[in-house]
Amino acid sequence: MAYIQVPEGIPGIRSLVMFRPETGKPLYELAQVLLRGDSTLSEAERELMAAYVSSRNDTMFCMMSHAAASRALFGNDKKIVDDVLKDIQHADISDKMKALLNIAGKVQILGKEVKPEDVESARNEGATYKEIHDTVLIAAAFSMFNRYVDGLASFTPTDEKEYEAMGKRMAEKGYVPPINKE
Amino acid sequence: MPYIPLEEHLPGITGLLEYDKIAAKPIRELTQILLRGDSTLTEGERELIATVVSNGNQCRFCTAAHTAAADILLGENETSKNVKENIVTSPVSNKMKALLTIASMVRESGKAVTKEAIDKAKTEGASDIEIHDTVLIAALFCLYNRYVDGLSTVTPANPNFYKGLAERLRDHGYNRLSHGYDHLKTDKSTVA
Repeated sequence: MAYIQVPEGIPGIRSLVMFRPETGKPLYELAQVLLRGDSTLSEAERELMAAYVSSRNDTMFCMMSHAAASRALFGNDKKIVDDVLKDIQHADISDKMKALLNIAGKVQILGKEVKPEDVESARNEGATYKEIHDTVLIAAAFSMFNRYVDGLASFTPTDEKEYEAMGKRMAEKGYVPPINKE
Repeated sequence: MPYIPLEEHLPGITGLLEYDKIAAKPIRELTQILLRGDSTLTEGERELIATVVSNGNQCRFCTAAHTAAADILLGENETSKNVKENIVTSPVSNKMKALLTIASMVRESGKAVTKEAIDKAKTEGASDIEIHDTVLIAALFCLYNRYVDGLSTVTPANPNFYKGLAERLRDHGYNRLSHGYDHLKTDKSTVA
């Protein structure tokens, strides 16, 4: 049971946004800009960062849904998602992505944990300043989303099929706030 | 030295919000609603939530900025100092103590928020929307603190900088100034 009176049976952040649509609008806009806006990082890669940070925060709802979105976007290469969530170093991703995910993992702990050598490694692997910026902001944003979803104890479905459908919708439609039927 | 090229006259979060104006738009809008929008919590109380979270995350820029904003809105500087040291003994209402305790739990992790802490806030008269906004403000500052420190932005040492910033936050809130921030280029207090 969520800690506040949100609509019943609606999962995760959707229930919170239906409780308070005014704050929901910029929250969904932020997700859309960060995960679907112009970027030299692919949508699949950015969803993977979101899933990775959520996994480190142990936020099941965000981890499952963004991993599903990333799998849907990676298509035939969807195995990458589970490999990264298991062990970045042995996953079949570029050294640049490894360096960026390392930064995202540091941000998840605390901003101060990102050291000059972490940024230098990413730069050496060809990451641009904008890609480093976007990585830090995506990781910071999911440090927010995860706390919002778990801090109010919102409903977390356990059926994997439900996340698969959710991920497909996120891959196809992006981030559109739910509409209140009241 | 910041990890990415930012304008020198815009330290801390201010340079980041100008670096990526597209992402800054929803972040500013969310902050304006939460910290300045209609609420049964005062603007000063909401700045205290931002202060406690930023302090717990050891983000010096955000802590100094929101301490200054809280002080200017509350008209004194004892409360902000006290809540950072000890929420329980600080001179705020029992409801605020319960909400600040929830904010500190959110800062640690969403999972750290206990049903007991929520029940306590409700017993002290907190509404569902106050609890919601407390959790979201605390979560939002977990974003800000990581954004500011994760890119190693500059933290000015001059207290006048934060005084000027707090006045801007009091007068204009969190919306982007319509004429931008070039007028700050001559302001010496931003120099660390």
